[in-house]
Amino acid sequence: MKFFQWDEWTANSSQWERFSCTIKQTLHHDLVLENRQTPQRVHTPTGKIGIFVSSQSSSSSSTPQPTKTAVMPFGNSHNQLKMKNTSEQEYPDLSKHNNHMAKVLTPALYENLRSKQTPSGFTLDDVIQTGVDNPGHPFIMTVGCVAGDEETYEVFKELLDPVIQDRHGGYKPTDKHKTDLNPANLKGGDDLDANYVLSSRVRTGRSIRGFCLPPHCSRGERRAVETLSVEALGALTGDLKGKYYALKNMTEAEQQQLIDDHFLFDKPVSPLLLASGMARDWPDARGIWHNDNKTFLVWVNEEDHLRVISMQKGGNMKEVFTRFCTGLTKIEELFKNKGHAFMWNEHLGYVLTCPSNLGTGLRAGVHVKLPNLSKYRQFEEILKRLRLQKRGTGGVDTAAVGGTFDISNADRLGFSEVELVQMVVDGVKLLIEMEKRLEKGQAIEDLMPAQK
Amino acid sequence: MASMFTRVLSGRNTAVIMAGLGAGTLVSSYIMTQESGVTAGEKIKLYPPSADYPDLRKHNNCMASALTPAIYGQLRDKLTPNNWSLDQCIQTGVDNPGHPFIKTVGMVAGDEESYEVFAEIFNPVIKDRHNGYDPTTMKHPTDLDSSKITSGMFDENYVLSSRVRTGRSIRGLSLPPACTRAERREVERVTVQALSGLKDDLAGKYYSLTEMTEQEQQQLIDDHFLFDKPVSPLLTCAGMARDWPDARGIWHNNEKTFLIWINEEDHTRVISMEKGGNMKRVFERFCRGLKEVERLIQERGWEFMWNEHLGYILTCPSNLGTGLRAGVHVRLPLLSKDSRFNKILDNLRLQKRGTGGVDTAAVGDTFDISNLDRLGKSEVELVQCVVDGVNYLIDCEKKLEKGQDITIPSPVAQFRK
Repeated sequence: MKFFQWDEWTANSSQWERFSCTIKQTLHHDLVLENRQTPQRVHTPTGKIGIFVSSQSSSSSSTPQPTKTAVMPFGNSHNQLKMKNTSEQEYPDLSKHNNHMAKVLTPALYENLRSKQTPSGFTLDDVIQTGVDNPGHPFIMTVGCVAGDEETYEVFKELLDPVIQDRHGGYKPTDKHKTDLNPANLKGGDDLDANYVLSSRVRTGRSIRGFCLPPHCSRGERRAVETLSVEALGALTGDLKGKYYALKNMTEAEQQQLIDDHFLFDKPVSPLLLASGMARDWPDARGIWHNDNKTFLVWVNEEDHLRVISMQKGGNMKEVFTRFCTGLTKIEELFKNKGHAFMWNEHLGYVLTCPSNLGTGLRAGVHVKLPNLSKYRQFEEILKRLRLQKRGTGGVDTAAVGGTFDISNADRLGFSEVELVQMVVDGVKLLIEMEKRLEKGQAIEDLMPAQK
Repeated sequence: MASMFTRVLSGRNTAVIMAGLGAGTLVSSYIMTQESGVTAGEKIKLYPPSADYPDLRKHNNCMASALTPAIYGQLRDKLTPNNWSLDQCIQTGVDNPGHPFIKTVGMVAGDEESYEVFAEIFNPVIKDRHNGYDPTTMKHPTDLDSSKITSGMFDENYVLSSRVRTGRSIRGLSLPPACTRAERREVERVTVQALSGLKDDLAGKYYSLTEMTEQEQQQLIDDHFLFDKPVSPLLTCAGMARDWPDARGIWHNNEKTFLIWINEEDHTRVISMEKGGNMKRVFERFCRGLKEVERLIQERGWEFMWNEHLGYILTCPSNLGTGLRAGVHVRLPLLSKDSRFNKILDNLRLQKRGTGGVDTAAVGDTFDISNLDRLGKSEVELVQCVVDGVNYLIDCEKKLEKGQDITIPSPVAQFRK
């Protein structure tokens, strides 16, 4: 199958220009080009480099100097320029920062890594920009760095390995991550009390090998990811059969429906995301796919190439997880049929944009009513021991409404998918039991769990 | 083949479809290539400009009006000597489609050479924004001789304050969208060093944003001097807020009438202001201060970015030429309600804003009135235009107070012949 030949396109485009311009315009264009001044770099007497643009229009003697050719049509492409300055001059001021990147990035490490870049041109400053721009919060430790492609984790491992270790409970550079997407291995989970559990949800992300990640990708790459994903998802059948809604082509009615279903994602507003560059060109090549039953949902080109979500009302986490695994496995197969794999390796598991989502990238959670337990003095401690995390029902960075919490696994890496969902299932069961006891005014000290 | 490309290049709509098609066909071709570690050089050939061309169908800014697929194709792979690319120039315009009524510029320069290397897109944008000014054929006049201003003292029953601002860039260093931390710090160092040489009524002090005390911060807020991290997506999408607040700061003289912002939207923004209506004095201080600063940086081998076609080079094409906005806060309770107000302003080449600055609404009957133009007329011409215009507005207000009628003035001429 033929694809665009670059040389052909340029040759023809300049041909077209000459045809379609009027003779007058063309002549003016050519004349002006020949007479245009060119900036010349010169040294002033004090040795500083300045640029002088000659004020007289010279005739044929000064031909336009050839401009350099781009390596990539996007991103922080002037890394070589920075090498002219010392590392100390370029090192960011991290004195007020509290994120994983700031803890790890010493001046010495900055000096070691700043001359490097991945094959697609992602540099150290690209990795850390979001962490430099967002100092963080005294209580909440953000990651502070992102990957621009799969190779980022290799080229900048001296920075990212300690960040990963810090973020993922001591996960060592030599550790191996296990992947287990067999729902049969999950014990129970089909009977979480629906009087308390309002909904169950499992999400993860996937990146398509060979393409740059959202902070770094060009429009062409992002569109290619979209095209590929839509083709693959279009081949799903049975209860997974569904439809794609591109963000930029959505009708008002479709948009409202997706909002009502709690499916629609919006342009990111969090400065953590914006500073990394992943919201560029919004809403180009972004969209939402979901099955007709509205229980399986894929976000395309939001924070990652793909975010895959399985959800339903009630407490049947087992069913949610089963659909999740089946769907993911099918999608992976469909991609493989087109010659594409997901980014994965045996050390980091599934590779995603944010180091916090490595491994499984999995967040399994429920919306659960815990009005009494949430006021219990040891609530935080219980969650910590169960390796669970609480959020408001609006998702990350929101507050709980009326005693209803989003409870999910805190870990991503170092445990398999089945293990994490198991923790949620077992943990939530315990939380509900505690809640019931507290409702009746009974004590719960004997139910206190050990640290998992 | 020619007809296919004519279709591609003749309309943005078809270009987008082609981009999608282009991407689709290349995806199939991907089967042949290795799965990981595709180098940047290889990617360039896989993604021709048609695949990367932005979708500008819903956009209303100067960049979107001017950026044809042909121009994009010619410029996409070029870099300035500082390795700044076209995509980086236009990112803010792609990310911010604009407003049906307000046409933003939609692109920025990363360095002085951007205006040259990407002239094919900058020139039509400059023409669009600056009333047909053609950088290829026209020359921009610079005139900072404040003695030429006449009638520069306003009736202070109406004019509450007067202000003149502009920007200056340090030649040889990249502009805020592109600069590295070291370059930004160098801009700060060079400027602060020069400013410390100012004397007499211009003598003052620098307050770095990173080192400011709580007290200093509060004082600067009370004086209406402090600038904050930009929140406008027009600015943040261009990358000028990176590394905030590193190497940003405010310098002002002891009398609080001459103020310089360092590394906000431009290398430097220079502001002369005072309460009352003495625009002539404000402009005199402005010119004197600017010339002093220029002399002081030249002593150390630096200079401002300037050329005879574009005048003073700044980050946003809308600020080229003089980069000058001379304005007053003026009370016009009767005139502002007159249906002819906007037409009068138009003909006088004036612009109204709320007293909070750009994109704010007027409070009460007090307006910020300033010059519309930046390029093609000198500083003296623009300030004189504001002086004459505001005097005319005050005259109208007085007439309306007495129950007399007002007339719409004839339009002011555009460029000097």
